[in-house]
Amino acid sequence: MWSVVVALLPAFLVSVYYFGIPVIVLTLVSVGCCILFEWLIQHFMFKGKSTVGDGSAVITGLLVAFNVPANLPIWILILGDLVAIGIAKMAFGGLGKNLFNPAITARVFLLISFPVQMTTWPVPRTLAGVADAVTGPTPLGVIKEGVKNGGVVDSLMNSPVPLSNNTLMEHMPNNVDMLLGQMGGSFGEVSAIAILIGALYLLFKKVITWHIPVSFMLTAFVFAGIFWLVDPTQYANPFFHLVTGGMMLGACFMATDMVTSPTSPRGMLVFGAGCGLITMIIRLWGAYPEGVSFSILIMNALVPLIDKAFKPKTFAK
Amino acid sequence: MKKLRILFNGILKENPIFVLVLGMCPTLGVTTSAFNGFGMGVATMFVLMLSNALISLLKNFIPDMVRIPAFIVVIATFVSIVDLLIQGFVPALGESLGLFIPLIVVNCIVLGRAEAFASKNGVLDSMLDGIGMGLGFTLSLTLIGSVREILGSGSIFGFQILPESTNILVFVLAPGAFIVLGFLMALIRHLQKTE
Amino acid sequence: MSKKESTLMNMLLALLVIATVAAAALAGVYLLTKDSIDKVQDDKEQQAMNNVLPNFNGKTKSVGVLLTAADKKAANPQLTDAKDDKDSVYVNLAYDQNGLFGAAVKTYTDKAFSGKFTIMVGFDQEGKILGTAVISASETPGLGDKIKSDWANQFKEKGWNPVEKPLSVNKDGGEVQAITAATISSRAFCDAVNRAAMAYQKVLNVEKPNQKGEEK
Repeated sequence: MWSVVVALLPAFLVSVYYFGIPVIVLTLVSVGCCILFEWLIQHFMFKGKSTVGDGSAVITGLLVAFNVPANLPIWILILGDLVAIGIAKMAFGGLGKNLFNPAITARVFLLISFPVQMTTWPVPRTLAGVADAVTGPTPLGVIKEGVKNGGVVDSLMNSPVPLSNNTLMEHMPNNVDMLLGQMGGSFGEVSAIAILIGALYLLFKKVITWHIPVSFMLTAFVFAGIFWLVDPTQYANPFFHLVTGGMMLGACFMATDMVTSPTSPRGMLVFGAGCGLITMIIRLWGAYPEGVSFSILIMNALVPLIDKAFKPKTFAK
Repeated sequence: MKKLRILFNGILKENPIFVLVLGMCPTLGVTTSAFNGFGMGVATMFVLMLSNALISLLKNFIPDMVRIPAFIVVIATFVSIVDLLIQGFVPALGESLGLFIPLIVVNCIVLGRAEAFASKNGVLDSMLDGIGMGLGFTLSLTLIGSVREILGSGSIFGFQILPESTNILVFVLAPGAFIVLGFLMALIRHLQKTE
Repeated sequence: MSKKESTLMNMLLALLVIATVAAAALAGVYLLTKDSIDKVQDDKEQQAMNNVLPNFNGKTKSVGVLLTAADKKAANPQLTDAKDDKDSVYVNLAYDQNGLFGAAVKTYTDKAFSGKFTIMVGFDQEGKILGTAVISASETPGLGDKIKSDWANQFKEKGWNPVEKPLSVNKDGGEVQAITAATISSRAFCDAVNRAAMAYQKVLNVEKPNQKGEEK
């Protein structure tokens, strides 16, 4: 479990670089609250042995924090931690018994409850100059709104983006920017490179297998690619979809949560493909610009069925 | 004593929502505020009381094979009457309950009590059962509505008690209804167990 | 009295009696509440009309307008759905002693976040917005629901004239400040206002010759 924490470090450091001190504060508060809530519930309601030491609460705390904008009011984040631990995890009986990924549940809960605060994205200070309080849209949001209003993807990518302080960002982040994470978004999800480094470390330590991340991203890539080939004016290119939003963080760290994903390799492939497909359907035609968290939640609900269909060989008779 | 027991049966021991888990559609649909929950509860109680009484009165007149259609006609009549009365005299309530008033017809509690109680018991007992069940329903709906209104809109019966910035929107939406219902059900089961 | 047997005759008789009595009871209650229900609806529209036409004393005349696809294309390229053509917009022309005062237009949109909403928009002679009122809407509480709040005041305060130029929200490059996180509802509100303006304009084109409205 602790290797997951190590694997999240690069993404954390990049976020601190882009969004500054608030990232450190939010992360520490979130981890602290998750540990506290888990301990309180275990001590006073389950009256059982404490499992706080297993590190799962720490990971949940980290992931909840990574899934919010860096300027989120702190009490909303604490509420998210309470939802993650109290509703998504402990109400189902604690670690190993939860159906839904706690961090994703918390994110969706907050997104629906506080649509304003959860979609006011600070702009990395390297893009906005010095001011810290400047907010602007995410690349996914810009494309979704733009295309809906009759824009063309190519020109949207090169036109200026209005920011909250009435200035304009010269143009959308380019491919290199997006790979590094120089764009608006939840603070832990912006840097594709940092997340990939963490994921490679997890693969190397054999904490996760390649099945879910690869099938997740490959499905999304192929699906986005087909539409991009058919009409590049209306659909952004597949690379754009891979590096923006929560795709990397979701595919590598949240869909792979071993409690809420299938047990067999074939099941994992189906699970990942489902996530990728639903993500792209929501991104292209849904009401929200981003669909990673919804897709993982929906597929979480299907895990028992997938497990039934693809029983691990050793147990099948 | 027996009459009292029939009356109170529906409030806790056989609470239609938290114990029998009947009538989930209005429970989840209309409880966006305490007032809506209360209004829906009272409307249902009215229908329950009258339909129970009339069905008990008619129970020997209705042949067994057609009892369900007969019950439904009786219930539907009372529901339509309540619907018209609310639209005519309490329009504000009618607007927020909207579609859910006609849906009392298919509320499992009403038909359930007609089948399980009114068709086997006397008029007075049936009426008491209807009132008791209706009270239990009203109290539960008001409770769920209050919790959702406080958390979701920061108010209770329309009085603002929390600033708008602390509203947790999910609680006035459908998912919030499920979460609140689940936790209240768990709480009530817990209280009953420890009693 | 013992339980009736389930013979065909008994069953027919029981259902017939119950249905007849139920029908009679319903008819009675319907007659009893009909006036009151109609009055509630009328009051509501009257109330909305008073709100959107402040300082108006006089008579109104209601004209139902059917907007065709051609009307829509001509006035506003954003309203090109042909499927809602069957729905009329009601223009209540308002006349006082000086002639045409303006109109209160009952309009709707089907671009709302949940279903359809109906609003009343008041215009002066030229088509400047005097006021708006929501008649029925089922938008998300706390978000789209804000169309019922002070948010809508900008429409009358800014003196916009959708007859001359259709309104749109700032995200689409327009003048209307959209409700935060409820752009769809804001857009739908503009859609309804624009629809009202179109209907008003169409009626004006017909009504212009007898602006006095005396013989109405």
